[in-house]
Amino acid sequence: MNTKKSTVIPVINIQGQNCTGCATSILCSEYPSIKNILLQDIIPGFKLEFIFHPNIMTASGNLAMEILENTAKEKGYVLIIDGAIPTGSNGIYCITGEKDGRKSTILEETLKLAPNALLVIALGTCAAFGGIAAGNPNPTGAQSVGDIFLTNKIKTPLINVPGCPPHPDWLFGTIEEVLTKGLENIQLDDFRRPKTYYGKLIHENCPNRAYFDEGKFARKLGDEGCLYELGCKGSITYADCPKRQWNGRTNWVIGSGAPCNGCTSPEYPDFVGDFYERIIDVEVPANEKKAKIQKKIII
Amino acid sequence: MKKIVIHPITRIEGHLKVEAIVDNGEVKDANISGTMFRGIEIMLKGRDPRDAVMITQRICGVCPEPHATASVNAVDDYAGLTDKIPENGILMRNLILGTRSVCDHILHFYILSGLDYVDPARVLEYNGSDKDLNTLKYFLQQGYSKPFLPRDEIDYKFDAETTNAVVSHYIKALDIYRKAQQAATIFGGKWPHDAAIVAGGVSQQLTADRVTEFIWRLEEIVDFVKNYYLPDVIAVAKTYSEYLEIGKGCQNLLAYSSYRTKSNGSYNDTLFTGGLINNIDKYSEININNITEDVTHSWYKDSEPLYPGEGKTEPAADKKEGYSWLKSPRYNGEVYEVGPVANVLSTYLGKRDPYIKNMVDNALSEIRGNISNMYSVAGRHLGRVLSANIIADQLLGWARDLKVGEPTTVEYDPPADGKGIGLCAAPRGALGHWLNVKDGRISNYQVITPTAWNASPKDKDGQPGPYEQALVGLKIKESQSPIEILRVIRSFDPCSACAVHLVTPKGNLIGKYKVV
Repeated sequence: MNTKKSTVIPVINIQGQNCTGCATSILCSEYPSIKNILLQDIIPGFKLEFIFHPNIMTASGNLAMEILENTAKEKGYVLIIDGAIPTGSNGIYCITGEKDGRKSTILEETLKLAPNALLVIALGTCAAFGGIAAGNPNPTGAQSVGDIFLTNKIKTPLINVPGCPPHPDWLFGTIEEVLTKGLENIQLDDFRRPKTYYGKLIHENCPNRAYFDEGKFARKLGDEGCLYELGCKGSITYADCPKRQWNGRTNWVIGSGAPCNGCTSPEYPDFVGDFYERIIDVEVPANEKKAKIQKKIII
Repeated sequence: MKKIVIHPITRIEGHLKVEAIVDNGEVKDANISGTMFRGIEIMLKGRDPRDAVMITQRICGVCPEPHATASVNAVDDYAGLTDKIPENGILMRNLILGTRSVCDHILHFYILSGLDYVDPARVLEYNGSDKDLNTLKYFLQQGYSKPFLPRDEIDYKFDAETTNAVVSHYIKALDIYRKAQQAATIFGGKWPHDAAIVAGGVSQQLTADRVTEFIWRLEEIVDFVKNYYLPDVIAVAKTYSEYLEIGKGCQNLLAYSSYRTKSNGSYNDTLFTGGLINNIDKYSEININNITEDVTHSWYKDSEPLYPGEGKTEPAADKKEGYSWLKSPRYNGEVYEVGPVANVLSTYLGKRDPYIKNMVDNALSEIRGNISNMYSVAGRHLGRVLSANIIADQLLGWARDLKVGEPTTVEYDPPADGKGIGLCAAPRGALGHWLNVKDGRISNYQVITPTAWNASPKDKDGQPGPYEQALVGLKIKESQSPIEILRVIRSFDPCSACAVHLVTPKGNLIGKYKVV
C-alpha cells in the first residue's frame, strides 16, 4: 500500500516577526486536532502535508533551507505566513535562515515563495495588518503580507486570518471551506478576512449586549454589566468569539471578565485606544488609518 | 579549523543561529545570534502601564503567561497593590502560570526536543494495537514523511519498543498540551495571550462549576507528568547517559522566587525560592541590584555595565567587536545560567524543603547521578520535568483554596509617577520586568528574559555566555547540522523572540541604523 490516495496539498509555513503564538494557537485546534491535521486527512479526500514548519519539522539549518529552495521552483502549494515582514534596512531584522553562507530574509522568502503559491494565508494580525510588530513607532518598518504584495505586484490570491492569536478554527475552517467550496466562492470583507468568521461585530453576539442596551455598565472589573466603560473594543471588532469561544469552548476574553482589546482589527494595537479606557476619538485616527490600509490591501 | 553554521535552528521558539568553530571534531569557539528583532520596549513607551501586561505577552506566544506575570507584578508594585491582591487573584495567577508552565515543559520535551532522541520511522516495525501508533504507521506506509523527514543521520539509541512508547507519548503530548491549555483558560480567558491577568488580580469571576471543572481536568494532566513525562526523561538520561556530562555550561545558577504561597496566614512565602548557586551546590541569596548588562560584544555604543533600570541602548551596528543584538546580563560581573534547573536547585538548596529534597534525590538516584549531573544536557531535561512535577503537585491545592463568590481583584488607582519591578520563575528561568511611569504613562520599560541570560554573547572580560560555554569542548561528528550541537542548544529551551526583543534602540535613532 504505497500510494497516496488523497489529494495532497503541500503547505509551507514561514515565520516573520512573530511571537510563535499563531503556532501555539493552531497547535490547540480541537476538531480536527493537530494530530489529525499532521497525520490524517483534514477533510475526507484532502491531506495537508506540512513540508516546512519551523516549530515542528525535524530538519534544521541547510537541510531546512533546501526545502524552501526546492519548493520555490515548484507550483501548487499553500503558503502560510505568520508574523510581520520588516522592510527597514532591507529586511535584515528578520532572517529566516542561511544556506551555504548566504542569509535569506523573510522578505526575500516571501517574494520567492508567494508568486508560485496556489493561495497565501496571512495568519495572525502581524501578517495580516502589521499588528504588534508594526506598533507605533514601528521601529523596523514592519509591514503586512498585503502591503508586500501591493508593493511588489504579487497577484497570488491572499486571505487574511487575523487575531492575536488567530483562533485555530479561523485558519483550518478557512482551508476546509476553500477545499469544499472552491477559492472563488469564499466571501471576504474589505480587509480580505473570510466573512464566515469575521462577518459580525463581537458586540452583535455578545452575551453582555442586553446590559449595553439597558445602559448597565461595569464600573470596575468584576462588576456585572457591559464592559464598554472599562475599555471593551467589542463594538468595533469583527470576530465570532462570542459564539465560537476559545480553547475547546472553555472561555473567551469577555467571558473571563476582561475587555476585548480588538485584536482582529487592522488598527490593533494602536488605533483602538488604551486597552482599559473607553473608546475615545476612535473615528478620526482609525478611519484615516483604515482608509490607508484599505487602499493598500485591496488589490 | 572549520566553521559550522546552523541557521535556522528549528523546533525552538523564534529565530536563532549558531556558528561553531570546529577543529578535529571538537568545538573550539561558538557564537550565538538571534536573528529577529521587533523592539517591543520602544512600543511600550507612552502607553498605559496596564497595557504592558497585554503587550509584553506578545513578546512570546510560547511563554506569554510568565510575561503577563512579571509585568503584572511590576504594575502592581508601582501601583502599591502587591499586598492588596485578593487571595483568589493570587491563586488564579498561580494556577494560570503553573498549568501553562507544565504545558510548556511538555511541549519542549516531546514536540521540540523529542525528535533528537527518537526515530518515529521505527513505528513501521510496530505490530501492536495502539491507535495513535497505527495512525502514524499508516501515514508512513502511504508514503508520507513530512515534517519528520528530511533529517540528518542521528545516533538513535532506543530499542524499537522504547522508541514506539516514546513516540506514542509524543502524539499523546499533543492532546495533553491542548487539554492543559484549555484547563488554564478557565481562569485565563484564552490561550495564548491571557486576557484575565490584570493589574490588581484576575478578572475571571469564580463559580463552583468552573472551579470543579478545572479540578477534574487536572487529573489527566498530572497523570501525564508523573507517569509518562517523568519516566521518559529518565529513560533519555539513562540511555543517552553521556549527555549527563555533556554541555555543562558556566555552572553558576540564578533564580527568582515565584508562585506566592501561604505561610502563617498570609501570602509571604513562595513555592520556588530565588537565589544563586555556585560551585555546584553552594547557595546564597540574590540581590537584584547586582544585575548589570554588558555591551562589549553587542552592537551598541560602549558603556560601563549598567543596572537594567538605568540601561542605555545606543546602537552601533558597525562596531567591530559586536556580533549579537543581545546584551550580556551578568551578576556581579559573572556569567549565570537560568532555567528550571536553577529554579529547582535554588529551592532544593535554599529552602531545604523535605518534599522537594526527596523528589530531586529520588530522580538523581534513578539516573545514577548526583547534583553535578544537573549541569548537563540531560540534567536540564530532568530539571524541567522536576519543575513540572513540583508545580503539578500544587495545582489541586491552589484550586481547592479558591473562594467562590469572593473578590478576585482590587481597584487600580495608581500614583502618577513611580517605579515597579516584577519577577517570575518562568518555564525558561529567571524573568524580570522593570517599569518606570511618569504622568501615568510608561516612560521606560526593560525586560531581561531567561534566554537573554543564557544566549548572551561574550562580555568585557571575554567570558562567553552560557550557551557558548556549553558548546566549547563538545565533540561532534561533522555534518550539515550536527545533532550534538542541536541537543545542547535545545536543552536550554531557547526562546529567541524573548531574548532579541531586548535590542532596544531608542526610537529616534532607528533611522540611522546601519546593519551589516
